[in-house]
Amino acid sequence: MTIAPPPSGPVPWEREIALAMLRDMLRIRRLEERAAELYGEQKIRGFLHLYIGEEAVAVGALHALAPEDNIVATYREHGHALVRGMPMRTIMAEMYGKREGCSRGRGGSMHLFDAKLRLYGGNAIVGGGLPLAVGLALADKMQGARRVTACFFGEGAMAEGAFHESMNLAALWQVPVLFCCENNLYAMGTALARSESQTDLCVKAASYGVPTLKVDGQDIVAVHEGAKRAQQHVREGKGPFFVEFQTYRYRAHSMFDPDLYRDKQEIEQWKTRGPLHTFSARLKAEGKLTEAQFLALDAEVAKEVEDAVAFAEAGSWEPVEDLARDLYSS
Amino acid sequence: MKTTYREAMREALREALKADPRVFLMGEDVGLYGGSYAVSKGLLEEFGPERIRDTPLSELAFVGAGIGAALGGMRPIVEVMTVNFSLLALDQIVNTAALYHHMSGGQFSVPLVIRMATGAGRQIAAQHSHSLENWYAHVPGLKVLAPATVEDARGMLSAALADPDPVVIFEHAQLYNMEGELPQPWSTDITSACVRRKGSAVSLITYGGSLPKTLKAAELLAGEGIDAEVIDLRVLRPLDDATIIASVRKCRRAVLVDEGWRSGSLAAEVMARIVEQAFYDLDAPLARVCSEEVPMPYARHMEEAALPQPEKIVAAAKGLFA
Repeated sequence: MTIAPPPSGPVPWEREIALAMLRDMLRIRRLEERAAELYGEQKIRGFLHLYIGEEAVAVGALHALAPEDNIVATYREHGHALVRGMPMRTIMAEMYGKREGCSRGRGGSMHLFDAKLRLYGGNAIVGGGLPLAVGLALADKMQGARRVTACFFGEGAMAEGAFHESMNLAALWQVPVLFCCENNLYAMGTALARSESQTDLCVKAASYGVPTLKVDGQDIVAVHEGAKRAQQHVREGKGPFFVEFQTYRYRAHSMFDPDLYRDKQEIEQWKTRGPLHTFSARLKAEGKLTEAQFLALDAEVAKEVEDAVAFAEAGSWEPVEDLARDLYSS
Repeated sequence: MKTTYREAMREALREALKADPRVFLMGEDVGLYGGSYAVSKGLLEEFGPERIRDTPLSELAFVGAGIGAALGGMRPIVEVMTVNFSLLALDQIVNTAALYHHMSGGQFSVPLVIRMATGAGRQIAAQHSHSLENWYAHVPGLKVLAPATVEDARGMLSAALADPDPVVIFEHAQLYNMEGELPQPWSTDITSACVRRKGSAVSLITYGGSLPKTLKAAELLAGEGIDAEVIDLRVLRPLDDATIIASVRKCRRAVLVDEGWRSGSLAAEVMARIVEQAFYDLDAPLARVCSEEVPMPYARHMEEAALPQPEKIVAAAKGLFA
C-alpha cells in the first residue's frame, strides 16, 4: 500500500484556534500514554483501546460540532469524551473503576457516558451505535430540533448488517446523522482488504444515496474543514452525510494484542504522518508556535494528567450493597 | 363490554397515540398494510405516516432506532412482527436497551416499548412458531409482559409506556381473535401475577397463549373432582414470587404450563423458585407441561402433539395425586 506524504501546507486558522486543536490532541495523547502505563501497573484493568495516532479525527470533527449536538461513539472513545468536555479526572476515575467516574465505575474505559454533554457512549458492540444514532436523529427530526447526531465507528463496523440497515434507514427517512467512519485500516487484526470486497468505503456509503467525503484523518486541517462542511449539510436538514477519515492507530488494538498482523515498516511509515508532530511543525513553520511554547503546553497537559491520576487514586469504591442500583430507573 | 384481544390492543394503541404526542408506532407493515396481525389497522389514516411509521425489513436497525428515539425524548412503540424475527434485533435489545441505564451509571433511561407476536398453533412451521419469552425474561434491565386476556391487552400498554425502562410485550398470535369481556375500569397493573381461577387442590401456573388451554384443563379437572387454581404470571420479568408461592402453599401441588421448550424454560425457573421458597409445603413433586423439544412441525396432528394441550395438563395434574 502506498502511504501518502505527511500532511503539510498552510493552516487557515487563527492562532488561538490552531493551538486549541493542538492542545486537545496533546491531551488525548498524554492521557492515553499514561493510561497505558497505569494498565501495566494494573491500576486500569479490563479492555483498554488506545486512540493514539487517530487524535486528529476526534479533535477536528468534534470542534466542528455544537454543544447541543449528540455524540455516539465506540469503545475507543477516550478522546471523544475528553474533547467533548468530560473532565480528564472523570475519565481517569472511570478507568480506575471508581465511583467518581462518569458511569460510577460501572462502565470502565469502553463505556464513557455523559447525559449533560449528550455523549451517548461508549458502545462496545461493533456497529451497535449506528441504529441508536439514527433513532436519536429521528427523535430530533420529529421534534423539530435542528441538531446533528454525530456517530463515530470504525471501518470494521461497515461489514456489519447494522451499518447497512442504519445507512438505509437514515437515507430513507432523511434524518440528521453525520456518519464518521474512522478508517484505521484494521478491524482488530483484519486488514481492510481482507474484510471488504469494496475497499473504497465512500462507494459503499454512496450506494445508499448518501453524500460522502474522504478525508486525510492525519491532517487536522483537512479533518476539521471536512467535518465543518459535512455537519453544515446535515444541520441544514439535507439528510445524512458520510465522512471517511483515513487514519491509523499506532498502538495495538487493545492491551492484549501482540500486533502480529501489521508490518512494522508500515507502522513506522504511518508514524511519519503523525497528527501531532506534523501539525506542530506546520505551526512552527508559520511562526504560530515556538518549541518553548510547545514544551510549555506539554507541561501544562502533563499536569492535567497527573491531577487526573491523583483524583482517580483518591477516589472511592462503590459499596457492594449498591450492586443492583441503576438496573431499572424506577 | 365485549371485545377481541386484537381490538383491545388497537384501542390501547389509539389511546396512547392520542394521549401523548411523543408516542409513535413503528415496524414492518404497521401502516399501509394495516399490521401483519391487523392490530394497527386504521391507525395510519388517523395518525399519519410520521407516527404510524412503516419500516424496511431491518429489525436490528429499527429496534435500535427505537432505542435512540427513546433516548432522544420520544416514546416509541416498536412492533417486531414476531418473536422469530426479533432474533435479528436481539443485539440491540440485549446489548443496548437492557444495559444502557446500568452501564451509564444511571444517567440514561430507555423508555421503549417493544411489542411482538409469539407462539405456535397455526401450522406455520418451525421458523414462525417460536416461544422465546424466556430468552428475554432472562435479561436484567428488561421488563417482560405477556397479556393473556382482553383486559391485559387493553391495559398493559399504557403502563408499559409510562415505565421509564424498556418493556417487551408478547402477544400470542392465537389470542388475537379471542373475544372477552372488558371490565370498566380495566387494570393497568404490570407488576403482579393474577389468580384467574380460584381452587384448592393444585396450582396450574402459566402465561400467555397457554392460559386458555390451562383454564380448559381446570374445567376438565373440576369434572373429575379436582379443584384447580390457575395462576397467570402476566409479568415474566420480574416474576411475582409472592402470588406464585401463596398459591402453591395453599394447594400444595403445582403444574407449570409453558409453550417454551422444556430445557431452560420459564417453567424451570418458576419450579426452582417454588423449590427454594416452598419445598416443605409440597405434597407431591412439581410437574410441567412444555412444548416437546423438537422444531415445530407443519402437519396439524404433529404440531398439536408438540404443544401443551388441555389433556396433557389434566394428565400431569392427575399424576400428582397418584
